[in-house]
Amino acid sequence: MLKKYSGHPYVLWSGIFIVLPLLLVIYYSFVKTSPATGELMFSLEGYRTFLQPLYLKVFAKSVLLALEATILCLIIGYPIAYIIANMKPKTQKIMALLLILPMWMNFLLRTYAWMTILQKNGFLNKMLSLLGLPTVNLLFTDGAVLLGMVYNFLPFMVLPIYTVLSKIDKGLIEAAGDLGADHKMVLRKIILPLSIPGVMSGITMVFMPAVSTFVIPALLGGGRSVLIGNVIEQQYLSVYNWNFGSAISVVLMIFILLSMGIMKRYDTDTEGEMNLW
Amino acid sequence: MSKRIIEGKNLVKSYDDTPVVKNIDFWVKEKEFLTLLGPSGCGKTTTLRMIAGFEQPTSGTIHFDGKDITAVPPYQRQINTVFQKYALFSHMNIFENIAFGLRINKTPEKEIQKRVERMLELVNLRGFASRSINSLSGGQQQRIAIARALVNEPKVLLLDEPLGALDLKLRKEMQVELKNMQREVGITFVYVTHDQEEALTMSDKIIVMNDGLIQQVGSPTDIYNEPDNAFVADFIGESNIFDGTMVKDLVVDFAGVRWNCVDEGFGEQTPIEVVVRPEDVMIVPPAEGIVTGLVESVIFKGVHYEMLVRNGDLEWLVHSTDLSHIGEMVGMRLDPEDIHIMKKVMDNA
Repeated sequence: MLKKYSGHPYVLWSGIFIVLPLLLVIYYSFVKTSPATGELMFSLEGYRTFLQPLYLKVFAKSVLLALEATILCLIIGYPIAYIIANMKPKTQKIMALLLILPMWMNFLLRTYAWMTILQKNGFLNKMLSLLGLPTVNLLFTDGAVLLGMVYNFLPFMVLPIYTVLSKIDKGLIEAAGDLGADHKMVLRKIILPLSIPGVMSGITMVFMPAVSTFVIPALLGGGRSVLIGNVIEQQYLSVYNWNFGSAISVVLMIFILLSMGIMKRYDTDTEGEMNLW
Repeated sequence: MSKRIIEGKNLVKSYDDTPVVKNIDFWVKEKEFLTLLGPSGCGKTTTLRMIAGFEQPTSGTIHFDGKDITAVPPYQRQINTVFQKYALFSHMNIFENIAFGLRINKTPEKEIQKRVERMLELVNLRGFASRSINSLSGGQQQRIAIARALVNEPKVLLLDEPLGALDLKLRKEMQVELKNMQREVGITFVYVTHDQEEALTMSDKIIVMNDGLIQQVGSPTDIYNEPDNAFVADFIGESNIFDGTMVKDLVVDFAGVRWNCVDEGFGEQTPIEVVVRPEDVMIVPPAEGIVTGLVESVIFKGVHYEMLVRNGDLEWLVHSTDLSHIGEMVGMRLDPEDIHIMKKVMDNA
């Protein structure tokens, strides 16, 4: 009995807090308030507006920046995961803890912290001038946004890769060595291919929040680096055009779903791994 | 006869100051089927891993073909290993698993094709090349693991309890197959097992290990019939071990009776231990027995009955195809050649 009904609260929870809001978003993307009567009416105006070059450009820039952040996270994160996975079990635990420790702090605070580091009279420039070097203006640039994304989302890349790497049977590495493979070859022919599921999870978990983030560009990009997440936020909270905001949200969701689907194709062996698709 | 291909000298391996292998010397001759036999924790697997190169000896050396290979990494040794848990690469199909070593050595594609095919034939899995590892049963996976090692034509093949995970029937089949394969390919096998029957069935030579030390080295027949000490006698098959006195050559006292035996050279009036295999005890009517005893228990074991017979202070384990009943008085006889004398070990250190 218990088993039969124990899933119900979660179904209810997902229904109220995930499915229903999603349906509302989809609903609002197709209706708008008629200026004449003040009633809700069917409209594709939101989607039409989105197709304007201005918004398409913002969208493309968001995707590009998210891709850059994902690639950087992968390049930085894979070696970190690899190094941690090869430490003693006790050290591994400490390292994994250190990695997620910043996440105990509020996301906003962490991003604000970067503002004080990067700003004109911030920590970084003070250090530079102390060394007699010219100061640089980093805050409110795309670079700062990218930095914010990589910094905030790096743990999401490292953790799934680390999990997969640490689960690789040491016997396989020994077997490959036994068959004549040196360290480089073991890495290329055994460890890399076997860690693909973790890499795929990592890419997914970094790319998704990166492509839709609005806090990071708002804080670190100032007004200059507007991304698609900011547009959605503005439409909902400042312009009150729910129709347009919802339309962009739907497009973004479909885009993410499609890219996940494509990723899934390259990820043939996900047996037992976390699967987001 | 044939030369020594592997030789371990004064090998010691300790983990955090706890010795696992305590100064052992051994050698493996070319084309020999050598088994390292012992209970778990006796150091047999550690010894094998030192030969493979996965473990560095704390002290001592390993020679291969006359050369010191103690410091040579595994990937540079002409030795391949079959692992207990197979350690097959799940991201590759069967062909690629077997071809792994050949590809590393940059073997021409045509030859890879030929050699992998031949290996699949050897392990009776022809036509399996493009199947995935996960589609195979345990026994099939083990054959692939063997093929993957043998395809590289190593001079020595190490096998770490390769049949441990298989069920009894399959294990028996694979024992015969492995032995045949070894004859066919003419490669030296070093085999690790805790299964004494497996060791007796397959080996040319057995090294019995316990507690990090070599207890006895010899052919299966030697080890079974002439165990050097109580540990070997006890570990290899079931046996009765009695205290006794060697009166003089060919005469021994035990169980309160004087027996003729075939052993010499233990001196006169020397305390010794006597090993009697349960299947060597002949059950006869009480009047014809050299000793008599009361049957205390009888268990049917399929081929034979296993009985405990009490004779004074001693309990005799007897295997007999004839049924005796609990409470029955029986006589027991032994042929002189079935009485095995061992030197008495003062303490079991």
